[in-house]
Amino acid sequence: MIKATLASVLFVLAGLAAPVAQADIKSYEFAEPEMAQRFLELTTVLRCPKCQNQNLADSDSIIAKDLRAQVQKLINAGQTDSQIADFMVQRYGEFILYDPPLNKSTLVLWLAPFGMLIIGLWALWFFGRRTHSEGAMLTPSELQQLEQLLADNQTPAKD
Amino acid sequence: MSTNIKRLLMVSPMLMAFALGLFLYQGIGQDPNNSESSLIGQPLPAFKGQTLLSPSRAVTQMDMLGKPALINVWATWCPTCRAEHEFLVDIAKQDNVRIFGVNYHDQLTAAQEWLQELGNPYVFSVFDPKGVLGIDLGVVGAPETYLINAQGVVIDKLTGELNERTWPPLRNKYLSLLEEVN
Repeated sequence: MIKATLASVLFVLAGLAAPVAQADIKSYEFAEPEMAQRFLELTTVLRCPKCQNQNLADSDSIIAKDLRAQVQKLINAGQTDSQIADFMVQRYGEFILYDPPLNKSTLVLWLAPFGMLIIGLWALWFFGRRTHSEGAMLTPSELQQLEQLLADNQTPAKD
Repeated sequence: MSTNIKRLLMVSPMLMAFALGLFLYQGIGQDPNNSESSLIGQPLPAFKGQTLLSPSRAVTQMDMLGKPALINVWATWCPTCRAEHEFLVDIAKQDNVRIFGVNYHDQLTAAQEWLQELGNPYVFSVFDPKGVLGIDLGVVGAPETYLINAQGVVIDKLTGELNERTWPPLRNKYLSLLEEVN
């Protein structure tokens, strides 16, 4: 039983780890094999402007095809990765980068995770503190007061 | 630790959570396709292309200067382009709006027939079958409409259909650009 479960988990994990279907890389020709590797990397980190959450390599939209061809052209023309990224940002804005630089408009994006971490730590502290104080010992005078209150409560009310 | 600092420590994460909530709330309903074009404020990219109706005629960005104008990216395979076409013909005829076309990823004869059949609102259409001009303009998909001033600087961009609802704000900008020229 355990073995079967383990096997199916492994099977699913193997499926997840399998390479996602890439754009047919073989149809893009490069002067050097190292360029093909750069093409793969660039089309993975550049986002398709049309499809919101797919990269250039994964998308089949017209614009993604055009931009893949453009990346190929620029690589073959001898441009560096950062020059190609600049080319794309000039035309499509920083939206096209999956890893946008820290600046005024992306400040919230970059700082929000830290903010959420602080909120989470605060919540731990805040709620943890409350349960802690519940277990605190009462001073003798407080204990006496408590017994008094309980005793008062047990005497039936007189109407 | 003084009680003031303690109180601040207690309250500030709550405020942060609230601020984050507000920030995310204002994003609801915003169309991510309408993110501002990075071409706004920039001059038109240099290009050289042929026009749809007289393919032997070479045109450049210089041919679009002199007066404020719209540049409309269209294609025969694009249903929204068909939907907005009549409106383009109307504003070109009735309001004398200068419109240039960019025929995007299309076939020459299909595009020519489309203009014959539905009317031609364009001064000329640049034939861009491979989307080369499209990339330089930052076109994501048809239809898109750019507003340029007389010097060819991009003032605004509309992603999607130009119609009675989306034209008025662009029209106001277009008219004030016209006034600047006159």
